[in-house]
Amino acid sequence: MSHLRHVFVNDECFHAPVSIEGVTPADRRPKPAQTPRANGTRAADSSPPPVLERRKRRSSGRVTLPPAPPRLKLSKAPFWHRAAEWLLHALAISAVVAIALILIFTAKEAAPILYSKVVREEVTLAKMWWPQLWPGYDEAASVWQPVSDIPKFGVWPLILGTLKVTLVSMAVSVPLGVGAAVYVSQYAGPRTREIVKPVVELLAGIPSVVLGFFALMVMATWFQNVFHLESRLNALVSGVALSFAVIPVIFTLSEEALRAVPRSYVEASTALGAARWQTIGRVILPAASPGIAAGVALGLGRAVGETMIVLMASGNAAIVSASLTDSARTIAATIAAELAEVVFGGAHYTVLFFLGTILFLVTFGINTVGDWAIRRMKRRLGSAA
Amino acid sequence: MTASSEASAPPAIDRAAIALQAARRTRRNMFADGAVAVASGATLLIVLAILAIILFDVVRNGASHLSWAFLSQAPRDGMTAGGIFPAIVGMVEMVILMTLAGVPIGVATAIYLHEYASPVSPLTRAIRIAVANLAGVPSIVFGLFGLGFFIQFLGAGIDKTFFHGDKVFGQPALIWAALTMAVLTLPVVIVATEEALRAVPRELREASLALGATKFQTVFNVVVPQASSGILTGTILAVSRGAGEVAPILFTGAAYFLPLLPRHLSSQFMSPSYHVYVLSTQSPDVDATKPILYATVLVLLALTFTLNIAAVIVRARMRRRAGVPV
Repeated sequence: MSHLRHVFVNDECFHAPVSIEGVTPADRRPKPAQTPRANGTRAADSSPPPVLERRKRRSSGRVTLPPAPPRLKLSKAPFWHRAAEWLLHALAISAVVAIALILIFTAKEAAPILYSKVVREEVTLAKMWWPQLWPGYDEAASVWQPVSDIPKFGVWPLILGTLKVTLVSMAVSVPLGVGAAVYVSQYAGPRTREIVKPVVELLAGIPSVVLGFFALMVMATWFQNVFHLESRLNALVSGVALSFAVIPVIFTLSEEALRAVPRSYVEASTALGAARWQTIGRVILPAASPGIAAGVALGLGRAVGETMIVLMASGNAAIVSASLTDSARTIAATIAAELAEVVFGGAHYTVLFFLGTILFLVTFGINTVGDWAIRRMKRRLGSAA
Repeated sequence: MTASSEASAPPAIDRAAIALQAARRTRRNMFADGAVAVASGATLLIVLAILAIILFDVVRNGASHLSWAFLSQAPRDGMTAGGIFPAIVGMVEMVILMTLAGVPIGVATAIYLHEYASPVSPLTRAIRIAVANLAGVPSIVFGLFGLGFFIQFLGAGIDKTFFHGDKVFGQPALIWAALTMAVLTLPVVIVATEEALRAVPRELREASLALGATKFQTVFNVVVPQASSGILTGTILAVSRGAGEVAPILFTGAAYFLPLLPRHLSSQFMSPSYHVYVLSTQSPDVDATKPILYATVLVLLALTFTLNIAAVIVRARMRRRAGVPV
């Protein structure tokens, strides 16, 4: 390609017949029109083409050029091209619009909690966040019982449940994801990598409802038999199942980050006498740490927001307990389980949308940090390589 | 440096290298090296084993009940017999609508980002941040969004304008589920398409422009056809994701059981993924529905795996052609 172009330029510049005496710009003008393009030629800059300039310099001794250099008179792009480009621009902001709409419409349905009299009779922000002394209770407690005679919307059991399940899933998925990434990037040959990466993508492709189903039907029984648990469905089972969805996220980003570490780092470390494990532990991992952190952050975002696995495998009991083997209820699972049965616009409905807004904002924050870390890593390693 | 030290340099370096190797090959280092390799290899094996165990369990329990009748019949006897035909039809309709709505927008966004936008403009940045975050929004929040925006706002608005307030579109419906899913899968399409556009050589664009094509002609007659395999990858992955997700369609259109197939954009629909959720959590007789449940999971898993493998193959072919290492 470039070779051909080179030949062409040479020809035009130095060997083309330059006897254009008496040729007026008007005679030369039809030339571009002879090209088979029907839609007209592309608008170029109005300065004379460089080819002509050089021709002029070379041949100034023999040829007198017409006073005004011939200009390529270019037709405008057809209207529908410009219209289509405008449409393209308009469609391109759809992602921004989508994010904005998600926030606006989730928050809009949650907003009555701040002003609606009907809703505020049942629940206020203070009642959600501070433990209340409910009738029948000895001391103030945060309780989630939205469909009892006195609806109680204390959110702490849900937050605690979310934290517990997320903690378990991260405790499982970070070592597994990063460890597998270390092996694939440092020890495995290219062929292993070519097989492993698509296989891990398959793991990522398993629908969460299938993972939830597997946790519910198979893993719960295993865990109960092995650990002699009281409740079959609990934070531990759902956390471990959740980690299956998080591992691919952490693995993929960590592997990418580890592989992006410049070879020179490894060579320098080896030349200084470091053993391989020292190089991996003290050079490669620290250098890749922003990328790994990004993977962990995105995995965390996934874990906090994941719905179906937790809904099916956590037991969904909204209790305040620090034990991992008790049933737990997360924010996402609460929304999924309860929204179908609520009165539109009622207190319960509003509170669920409020929880959804919180979930959105929390994951948005986590993902923004993760995304920022990825960009930073790319910039840093890009300049170092 | 003097001449004499220069002359003796190679042996000195050799000696240093040998000493370095000897120093490195202490028992502690050899043990630690082996331990790191074995430990990281073991984690990889665990990850692969998880996938293998899930596959094995589902295939072992689901294959026996899987038959043509299962795929072509409606559920009978309170979901304890029959097949999942209506669910498959519902899913296919939803996925087609989703693709029609989502893929063009995703492709357009990717084209804009890669071919038109300046990489540093605030708008481009905003779009990129939005795409990255859209991929991380919890699926249940998409469900809330679908309910709040499509059903309560758009649907109710349509009803008020065209149907005199009768509830037609202001309730869970196929079209709303499909549109919600289209928004959910938007980042998948955008990322895959942009990767493909990145693989198109710059010379092709330059050649096209040099021949006098407009920017628009260059993009749509030269660049996009070259990137078509990437668009295909994105579409396949989006379909796979859309077929498997449950949370976004929980409140926007999925139904537990319907006697009729969905015939209208405003009808509700059944879906295998929702079927799995309902059967495994709300079934009164777990043992009776278990074979059906496993077979449904097998169908779902086979579908998503086939699609994902297809996407991997298409992408690998594209990368090989573009000369990018996989």
